[in-house]
Amino acid sequence: MANELIEFVLVSVALLAVGIYGLSVKRNAIRMLFAIEIIVNAANLNLIAFARFMPEAHSGGQTFALFSIAIAAAEVAVGLSLIIVAYRLYKNIDIADFRSLKG
Amino acid sequence: MADVLFLALSVLTIGAAIAALELRSLIYGSIALMGTLGGIAGFFILLDSPFVAMFQIAVYVGSIAVLILFTVMLVKRELIFKKIEDPKRKFAGIGLMLITMVAVGAIILDSGVKTITTDSAPVDFRDIGVDFLTYYWPALIAMALILAGSVIGALVLARREDTVENGQRTD
Repeated sequence: MANELIEFVLVSVALLAVGIYGLSVKRNAIRMLFAIEIIVNAANLNLIAFARFMPEAHSGGQTFALFSIAIAAAEVAVGLSLIIVAYRLYKNIDIADFRSLKG
Repeated sequence: MADVLFLALSVLTIGAAIAALELRSLIYGSIALMGTLGGIAGFFILLDSPFVAMFQIAVYVGSIAVLILFTVMLVKRELIFKKIEDPKRKFAGIGLMLITMVAVGAIILDSGVKTITTDSAPVDFRDIGVDFLTYYWPALIAMALILAGSVIGALVLARREDTVENGQRTD
């Protein structure tokens, strides 16, 4: 291996930090979804990195990452449709406006 | 030590992640998010996992990013370009980001992760396919059901409720 495990893990930490920043600062619902995607991808990168460097895991790490990617796709579909519903109710995507469930 | 390809990929991935959150237009933001997801796929290739990299490109860059682009285009034009955040919160967020980066980074650098190296051959992607269809088949079926359920749920949620009044559709 040309690269070491620690480098991949540090990139993953940086992505996690960027994602946390986005989640805590942004009020735009779609941007918060971007931040969630970035965090999920940082987690997947960690999974694959550790799977590569621990040969006793065989293909388990990669399989788990594949499941994780598929579940993330389902989550995005539901999240986007929730944003569409909220936009239809409030005519806005600012989460500070989403105050009541009734609309 | 990190080589040039790795450094370029890291800069692309993290830079595109910051751009996705900070660019003024949501459309450019989602294109930058595509860059982040593609960069992660590049890391997967560096880690000798071409199967996961292809899956990442097909699922994330191919479908999720396009889905996000379509949703962005459904939103009103002014809202796409409007940035809503207060500066105090922004500085707090940047502080939180730096604290996370330094604290978690220091913990990881201090742990034994640095010493882990491997000389073993990468996992053959054929093994993944075999494992999927033998050992993991119940999980595969459950995942298929979850995906179908979530897609149906998304369709039901986003459906327009067209009301019929006086025999005429009001939409």
